[in-house]
Amino acid sequence: MQHILTSLKRITKTGVSNFIRNGWLSTATVSILTITLFVVLFLLMMSVLTESVIINLQNRVDVSVYLKKDTKESDILKMQNDLIALSEVKSVDYVSEDDALMEFREKHKDNEIIIQSLDVLEENPLEASLNIKAKDPSQFKTIVEFLESGQYKDIISKINYYENQEIIEKIGVLISSIRKIGFTISIALTIVAFLVAFNTIRITIYTMKDEIGIMKLVGATNWFVRGPFVVEGFLYGFVSSLVTVILAFPVLYFSSPFIKKYFYDIDMFAYFQENLVIIWIILLVVGVVIGALGSIIAMQRYLKI
Amino acid sequence: MIIFDKVSKVYKNGTQALDNVSFEIKKGEFVSIVGQSGYGKSTILKLMIGEEKPTEGRVFVSGYDVSDLTEKELHQLRKEIGMIFQDFRLLPKKTVYENVAFTLEVSGATNKEIEEDVPQVLNLVGLLHKADKFPNSLSGGEKQRVAIARALVDRPSILIADEPTGSLDSLNTWDVIRLLLKINELGATVILATHNREVINMLNKRVITLDRGKIIRDEQKGRYIL
Repeated sequence: MQHILTSLKRITKTGVSNFIRNGWLSTATVSILTITLFVVLFLLMMSVLTESVIINLQNRVDVSVYLKKDTKESDILKMQNDLIALSEVKSVDYVSEDDALMEFREKHKDNEIIIQSLDVLEENPLEASLNIKAKDPSQFKTIVEFLESGQYKDIISKINYYENQEIIEKIGVLISSIRKIGFTISIALTIVAFLVAFNTIRITIYTMKDEIGIMKLVGATNWFVRGPFVVEGFLYGFVSSLVTVILAFPVLYFSSPFIKKYFYDIDMFAYFQENLVIIWIILLVVGVVIGALGSIIAMQRYLKI
Repeated sequence: MIIFDKVSKVYKNGTQALDNVSFEIKKGEFVSIVGQSGYGKSTILKLMIGEEKPTEGRVFVSGYDVSDLTEKELHQLRKEIGMIFQDFRLLPKKTVYENVAFTLEVSGATNKEIEEDVPQVLNLVGLLHKADKFPNSLSGGEKQRVAIARALVDRPSILIADEPTGSLDSLNTWDVIRLLLKINELGATVILATHNREVINMLNKRVITLDRGKIIRDEQKGRYIL
């Protein structure tokens, strides 16, 4: 146990001292790894952005079911519960006749004629409705079919789905395209970034292949040779993740207002600050895994002496 | 201590490096192995440290059968052997002190042992005053003395020197040879592979002469004859 502890201490010390003494090489490797982590961070932020754009789009799409005037409220509430129980449904808002009237008056309060004609009417001309939001706009069709064929078809006066069907379907296609394109770009960028980082580490290890051979000949075990490189790889990842996070601050600070302007009030800078710790941990893990694992894989062939 | 028993070595590319070679080296001997490049000197040394395995015959070093070693045994065998090379093979990013200490670190010595032994062996090779220098600021002779210090610090019973003076001028050559003799007097078996005629003739010790993979001469007080 004591022996292992001493070895660990020595390996760590050697790794740290190599990192410092290989100044330029370390700087170059950290720079490349920083670029890689920046790509990862960019993809992370992009996915947050796309998700909120998608949610925003989805929230704008709803289908209203208008109910015949003489429907009992208990039936409406029962229908609401049945709808909520469907797996495709995200939410169902009940708007009663009175609510509908109030909303209508509020909306047209500046229009004298409408208000006057409303006052003339003795009873509320508006129907109660259920506003349905689906988890995915493409699922509205199923929901509508459920309503039209089920026990509630007699109390339904109108479903506004067919008027909006085309736009709803278009939004559905748009959302799935955004997801597919985003996913493809992410995968491609990730592969490129990882390959670049791994190759950089391979070159770094290559410049040390003679030293690896010498260590083996002097009697070092494979793990004693590997150890310092793993420590160095860890340091590459650690420093790169810190640099990336620090550089991201000004970048997001200045780009956030533009993003906010074009994408429905999403404050990337605020999001970044709120999730700073978790973002940093993700970058740290990615960086350390590339750095340390990359070193181990790259040096394997030079250990066979 | 070291036994070669009817050893032949054929490399994968078909080159026959050794052909039915047998000899024995006793504890405490100083043996020179001479022969032109490509006549099998390096192969003999590589077999001794387990870097290569014999195609036929058997090689014993310090009781280990080199043709059949586990990773752990190989590790232990190499701890018994100190080795120096023509190109020094120092770690460029470590100081003189750290280069020597590294051998002890990998063998699991305590910090106290390292602090005691490293200055002692650096003193032996006359480089204690350069302990904090890096290899690239040393002369060739000094580098080879660091390499010797590194080979000695773990108290090996065998010291193998592969053309140790090959890239040194004559003054530095004698420094290194004197050091090897001193190490031999202190009890280590020394095996010197070289083609430096003057060195061999001055030593007046056992010489094994190789020609195209065969031993053509093995004399107790040998001279360089090819």
